[in-house]
Amino acid sequence: MIPLAIVGLYLVAVVYVGVFAFRRSPKADAGRAGAEDFFLAGRSLGPFVFVLSLFGTNMTAFSILGSSGHAFSNGIVTYGLMASSSALIIPLSLFFIGTRIWALGHRHGFMTPVQMFRDRWECGHIGTVIFAVQAVLLVPYIIVGVMGGGTTLAALSGGLVPYWAGGALVALVVMSYVFFGGMRGTAWVNTLQTLMFLAFGLLAVVVVGAGMGGFGHVFSEMLQTPGQAVLLTRERVSPWYFFSYTFIPLSSIAFPHIGIFCLTARKLSHFKRTVVLYPICMLAIWLPCVFLGVAANRATDVPAIKAKLDARATLATAGPTLDAAERDRLRRTASGDDVMLRLVEHYAPVWLIGLLGASVMAAVMASDSQILALSTMFTEDVFTFYGGTARFGPNVQVQMGRLFVVLLTLVAYAIALRVPQSIFDLASQFAFAGYSALAPLLVAALFWRRSTKWGALAVVIWVAIGIAAVAAIQMNVPPPAGPPTVLWQIGGLVVASRAAAGLLVFNLLPVVPLTIGSVLLMWLVSLGTPAPGPRTLARYF
Amino acid sequence: MLTALVLLAFFALHQDVWFWRSAEPLIFGVLPVGLAWHAGYTLAVSVVMAILVRRAWPAHLEDAAGGSTPGTGRGDA
Repeated sequence: MIPLAIVGLYLVAVVYVGVFAFRRSPKADAGRAGAEDFFLAGRSLGPFVFVLSLFGTNMTAFSILGSSGHAFSNGIVTYGLMASSSALIIPLSLFFIGTRIWALGHRHGFMTPVQMFRDRWECGHIGTVIFAVQAVLLVPYIIVGVMGGGTTLAALSGGLVPYWAGGALVALVVMSYVFFGGMRGTAWVNTLQTLMFLAFGLLAVVVVGAGMGGFGHVFSEMLQTPGQAVLLTRERVSPWYFFSYTFIPLSSIAFPHIGIFCLTARKLSHFKRTVVLYPICMLAIWLPCVFLGVAANRATDVPAIKAKLDARATLATAGPTLDAAERDRLRRTASGDDVMLRLVEHYAPVWLIGLLGASVMAAVMASDSQILALSTMFTEDVFTFYGGTARFGPNVQVQMGRLFVVLLTLVAYAIALRVPQSIFDLASQFAFAGYSALAPLLVAALFWRRSTKWGALAVVIWVAIGIAAVAAIQMNVPPPAGPPTVLWQIGGLVVASRAAAGLLVFNLLPVVPLTIGSVLLMWLVSLGTPAPGPRTLARYF
Repeated sequence: MLTALVLLAFFALHQDVWFWRSAEPLIFGVLPVGLAWHAGYTLAVSVVMAILVRRAWPAHLEDAAGGSTPGTGRGDA
């Protein structure tokens, strides 16, 4: 009960932060300034809150639970797949794109990326199409947070708090502080969360390492075990698959919550520290998680982990002979999404389990920024654009934003109860791939004078159809028990195949052809359609 | 140009096929060599970013953010 009590205290604390931020916000009749304050914290975040909160916004349940779970099953490759590639691509995108978004936002008063697209490409309804696709792609990312909350509380309480109740509690807490605190509350909570899970990594490694008898001993034993030695290399994936993962971090700057967050800095110089410290923060979070996820393969004294290893062994030896339902059951058992929690639960003293559990909850609850971003987009890109604010006033706009936060959280929770897929797969296959393929929109808008609204529309339609096709194939073609199932080949060349982790195109993740297709469409369609007028271009170049 | 070349080189260094099938040596007795490479790579990226910020910071954007007539965001499509 002590761990649950500590986690409960943490949840109360973050709600209080949200309410405190609410008290600091302008009065309800503050008009447009009130809207900017709720949705962008008045564009006034200082350097400390900006760097920690921006990093925390990018870290979700996926970063701790998903990464350690993926490393448990696939080995050290997890770090190179997502962490070190993100450590290069995300700071670069903040440096080249984030700074320009900030400058344009301050100059022209934009509050969302869609507002910028509408102005840059002289379009209206095409902006609405971009909003719709962005919104649909963001929802799975929000669901990850709710699922992580359910998984975390269920594991911490030993099943006392069921998955559905844990997810509901997390959804309620996040909804409360976003509802009251808006961007300021969200940024403060994210800062607290980042500090907590930066401390989490070091604590977890020390405690679990001591409990397992030292990591040198653990990894030496893994090297001697044929089935586990492979986890200390990257043999589980091909170099081409590894390469294709470097496209995924492109999604970061294209996510609306990151683009919107870039608008909250008081000064451009706040980006400097963020760009330099980002890789170090990545290392501090991901290395311990991947390291512990791999080491968990020797934690056979933890009953839940032993069950996972047994299920994995059964799948490896008898998988093809089992019926699909049994294979699915074994896959669920072998899934490593809760492996970090199981390690902490088994090896840490009781008080530390609570502290570490709260840190995990901090990462899990990073869906706050996405919920707020969707609310900002809805009120600015739809409600205001179609005349709602002009008709009812900016104070009603903020209330609409709050109402949207409530509705969105309820929808995300309902979906989280029905989707049993692994956290990692869900997030990476749809939200990350889709936003990576939308990144050329930002590059074209900011750096290519000749880009047009029709090029942008072609990109958005392409991404929507592409992601829908990937989702449809994955839902209709069951994951194979062994090597990938070939879906389409020309001659001897495999074009599309279904692997256990998802669809592959030329043995690459679908994000690669989707992103390349976006670039080509933007280029070709823009060249064939009229460019924006000189007055518009003069505002940007 | 030099900046672009350095960044491309760093991108290439991420694809370290040379440690693909190697688990040993265990760096510091615990880190498999492939994981140690990427941990070191992450720290090196931070140094590259510090140099980038120092030498190529887009300070002109701060001046450009000064203000002009806000766009309406409305158009014909």
